[in-house]
Amino acid sequence: MSAQASSPEITFHPNHSGGTKKIWRTFWLLSVLTIIELAIGLVIYNMHKGEHPNATLVLAFKGLVCILTLAKAYYIVSIFMHLGDEIRNLIMTIVVPLCLFIWFIIAFLWDGNSWLNLRNRYQGVPAKTEQVAPAATEKGAKD
Amino acid sequence: MSTAAVQKETKWWSGGRSPFNASYGKVMMWYFLMSDAFTFGAFLISYGTIRFSQNFWADPNHVFNSFPFAGHANLPLAFVSLMTFILIASSVTMVLAVHEGHNMNKKGVEKYMIMTIIGGIAFLSCQAWEWTHLLTGEHVALLSDGTLSVLPTTVKANPWGAELSHEAIAAALQATPHEQLASIASTLHHGGEAHHSVAAMSNAELIKFIQESDLKASNTGPIAFGGYFFGITGFHGFHVFSGVVINIVMYLKTKMGHFDQRGHYEMIEKAGLYWHFVDLVWVFVFLCFYLI
Repeated sequence: MSAQASSPEITFHPNHSGGTKKIWRTFWLLSVLTIIELAIGLVIYNMHKGEHPNATLVLAFKGLVCILTLAKAYYIVSIFMHLGDEIRNLIMTIVVPLCLFIWFIIAFLWDGNSWLNLRNRYQGVPAKTEQVAPAATEKGAKD
Repeated sequence: MSTAAVQKETKWWSGGRSPFNASYGKVMMWYFLMSDAFTFGAFLISYGTIRFSQNFWADPNHVFNSFPFAGHANLPLAFVSLMTFILIASSVTMVLAVHEGHNMNKKGVEKYMIMTIIGGIAFLSCQAWEWTHLLTGEHVALLSDGTLSVLPTTVKANPWGAELSHEAIAAALQATPHEQLASIASTLHHGGEAHHSVAAMSNAELIKFIQESDLKASNTGPIAFGGYFFGITGFHGFHVFSGVVINIVMYLKTKMGHFDQRGHYEMIEKAGLYWHFVDLVWVFVFLCFYLI
């Protein structure tokens, strides 16, 4: 164990002698999560090809992909970056500031959405003729 | 280990002891990565804000649907999945290098560092191909002056708006000057020698030719798309690049036996933290640009 002592002031040594089994298990886990994400991505793609995609269902699938991504992030940080092996206070100084993202994401996406609503209300929604029309070109898009 | 004796002499808050029982370098690497996470987070959230504020946004399955050497085949998500798996694989080899470092196995560290470096270079090559493909793209878009033109994806403009109807294309073709018609027609030709014969054709002939080849054209896409895409993937690519450079330095230092002399492979661990962070960011870039 003395090989790990990078500095005399460090008395805590996470146990790394467990072999590579955990690493490979995480690799397969990340791969499977990615494949599920891709499958959902293709489902969303095929829903968009249809005439009127169900907006709620699309949103639900997108939310699911976001949750899977957070799971991937958790495994990368905790297993690959060994943060899970550090002592709790170090984990907390990293993780607690990141909670700012909760506010950050909600506030700014809200802002974007409010911008959209204001612009559409006072400038009018742009004409959508081209978006509705391509029923004819849809046949061509499939070959 | 004389843990008990050390603790007895330690004045806890007067230095002499690592606050988190981790080395200074490692703690500071974590704080750097946390700040970098905020930088990337701010970029991605700003992208989200703009995207939320638009009535129309480019469909990623339409923009990123090509694969090297696959011609015009429609393969949504294929190339980016390849890039994602390359980065996950190089992340695994990196964590294996760290593991070999814990066991003081110099040969093992060297082997896995080489594999990680190769993975990083492969990822960068993929990104270079993707950028080139977008920057030299041959999609046709309706410009604001009412003419059709071949338009690559740049930070200033892109052809990823809503698709135009046949009637709209026919009307716009009438307003399109000869040079633009010729360049559109030449993208429809996949034979080599046809290019100069296209320039010699009259406008009416060109329009007939273009309509016969079932041209697809779109409105121009949201202007911010190119800037965000190239800005964020570029910033991430720069991180990958610097990660590869750091990994090469670490490989050379391992090879020269620096870490064996020092008695530990902690530098590999710190380089590993950076490399995994790059993978972590890609997970979110992948989510924001390609999946949703």
